[in-house]
Amino acid sequence: MSKGLERRKAILSDPIAQFERAVEIREFENQINALFASGTIRGTTHLCLGQEALAIGLASVLRTDDPVSATYRSHGIALALGLTPESAMAEIMGKATGCCGGLGGSMHLCDLELGLLPTSAIIGGGMPIAAGAALAFQVQGNDRVAVAVFGDGATNIGAFHETLNLAAIWKLPVVFICDNNVYAEYSRINLTTPIEDLHIRAESYAMPHYALDGMDIDVVREGIQSAVDRARSGGGPTLIEAKTYRFAGHSRADQALYRPEGELDSWKSRDPLLLLEERAKKIGKMSESDVADMKARKTKEIEATVALCQAAPEPSPKTMFENIWSRKVNQ
Amino acid sequence: MPAMRVRQAIATALADEMRTDPTVIVFGEDIAAAEGPFKTTEGLLEEFGPIRVRDTPISEMAFTGAAVGAATMGMKPVIEIMFMEFLGVALDQLVTEGAKMRYLSNGKLSVPMVVRASVGGGLGFGGQHSQTLENWVAATPGLKVLSPSDAQSAYSLLRAAIQDPDLVMFLEPRVTYAERGEVDTNLKMEIGKARVAKPGKDLTIVALGQMTNIARQAAATSSTDIEVIDLCTIVPWDKKTVFESVKKTGRLVVVEEQPESGGWGSEIVAAVSAEFFGELKAAPIRITCPNVPVPYNGGLEARFLPNPTEVNYQIDQLMATGKAPQPWWIREGF
Ligand SMILES: Cc1ncc(C[n+]2csc(CCOP(=O)(O)OP(=O)(O)O)c2C)c(N)n1
Ligand SMILES: [Mg+2]
Repeated sequence: MSKGLERRKAILSDPIAQFERAVEIREFENQINALFASGTIRGTTHLCLGQEALAIGLASVLRTDDPVSATYRSHGIALALGLTPESAMAEIMGKATGCCGGLGGSMHLCDLELGLLPTSAIIGGGMPIAAGAALAFQVQGNDRVAVAVFGDGATNIGAFHETLNLAAIWKLPVVFICDNNVYAEYSRINLTTPIEDLHIRAESYAMPHYALDGMDIDVVREGIQSAVDRARSGGGPTLIEAKTYRFAGHSRADQALYRPEGELDSWKSRDPLLLLEERAKKIGKMSESDVADMKARKTKEIEATVALCQAAPEPSPKTMFENIWSRKVNQ
Repeated sequence: MPAMRVRQAIATALADEMRTDPTVIVFGEDIAAAEGPFKTTEGLLEEFGPIRVRDTPISEMAFTGAAVGAATMGMKPVIEIMFMEFLGVALDQLVTEGAKMRYLSNGKLSVPMVVRASVGGGLGFGGQHSQTLENWVAATPGLKVLSPSDAQSAYSLLRAAIQDPDLVMFLEPRVTYAERGEVDTNLKMEIGKARVAKPGKDLTIVALGQMTNIARQAAATSSTDIEVIDLCTIVPWDKKTVFESVKKTGRLVVVEEQPESGGWGSEIVAAVSAEFFGELKAAPIRITCPNVPVPYNGGLEARFLPNPTEVNYQIDQLMATGKAPQPWWIREGF
């Protein structure tokens, strides 16, 4: 079994492994943040701090042959699905050993063995793709399910509405997950959107829809599982709105000064890592010192990953000419 | 003359137009309260208020089309498409609706609006946030397509674009936003008029946007006396200035930040070839990006973009042989 598949298997049900993966994602994002802030990595990055429970909950419910179409804010989803930190970080550093050979970057991770379709940096861009994957499964007559993950801001783009309608009339085996982290760039969702509960938009497409607490992995798992079950058994699509919160700014340079005072703190009191820790202690019988040891180990591991990736080779110029067409055509 | 950054020149041009023309309105994603992802709309909300300066939802199709509609009813909207790629989801409203309004109303409707979009590579934004995509809009009759290269042209051309009675695409090279330059706010620049950025007599480079700076750098170190023309307008491009220069130098090199296929430079080379057939001292050539997406890796992105070293290599070969040299990716067997 590949390392990625092993990593996926590990988090399917074990609360300790799930907590550990969340810690890994948090450490990973903090390192990425530091690397961008210091200028070690150029370009831009979008962190998923605060959204770990949704990522892990999703990954623990899906099969590896269920493709996920997600966004530029998907380091967490990628790691949760099983992508190794080395592969993700090398990609973000633009190294040859990255999951896209260093040609994609922070916004474009992928691993087809784990069901991670190339992530899109265009708002709404992944939604029709997920519907299309589901169409293929319907035609093929198998029981695979496709998933689209997108932000709250994406509910205002045409692709959202067109895709929901199409998936509804064709009863496609697809699950739409709106990660409502309250902000789209620098705009609080209420400034651009006249409704608070975004999932009700599915009502007009006669599609099952509900909101769930995206900070609580058990709630996430239950909510996604029921939508996946419905899709797998021919019951068609579902729109889920996971209520989360973006702990960081939108992207590299954003300090997020536009947030109302106290909002971040109030969400941080329900930090998914705290909830996962409690759960790991309660169900998994982790002790205080187990937690401290694990966190220290994860910090070390991610630090080692940084060093490893910094030493990794740069891609050769020839790689930018590969993967354009099925066969290379000299022009 | 004040020195300002390109992004400030843009904000200043917008403010100056809004002061003189009350029909100018500005909207886009995070351009009002946050003053723009690239700070190109700084101060506008404060001075002109939320009726004329608006944040939009992430709905490019709706707000691009809304600009077209408002323009037909007497307003002059200036909209911001944060990255040129996002125009993809709004293209119908621009090329199939907006660009056809005058024609399909038998000349009764005008669409005096400006679509500002940031374009280009060099900042490590990857394959979906780094293209120039000029050719998406250059082939649609009814649109005018401009691209400034520095603070002065950003200021003067944007004012000209807003004053223009037609639908103007204003493509802003993202890498230049932070660059400083002197700006004479009284200097007028015309749509359809190129600038001679550096005079010379042996070879003409035609460049656009951030490639103008690349061409300037190449010219500064070249042993050839190069004339650099900053095209400024892709549609309608300035035949007169280009022809006059090529008539003098007998050699044309177009430097384009675009994949080789389908670039605007082909128009220039074709027109120059037809006009000066038999009179040229060397084959007219284009220096472009290869026909691949923009790579993320920094070293590769730098190779991908035309750069002074490659420009000078091509020019040296051209001066020596008169023949079109191979691009680097063919020379290196890629
Ligand atoms: C079509 C399109 N328009 C605009 C953007 C610029 N943009 C990138 S992220 C973003 C905000 C998206 O917010 P949301 O959907 O809530 O996702 P989040 O970033 O919160 O995960 C915007 C406007 C884009 N990438 N694509
Ligand atoms: Mg959001």
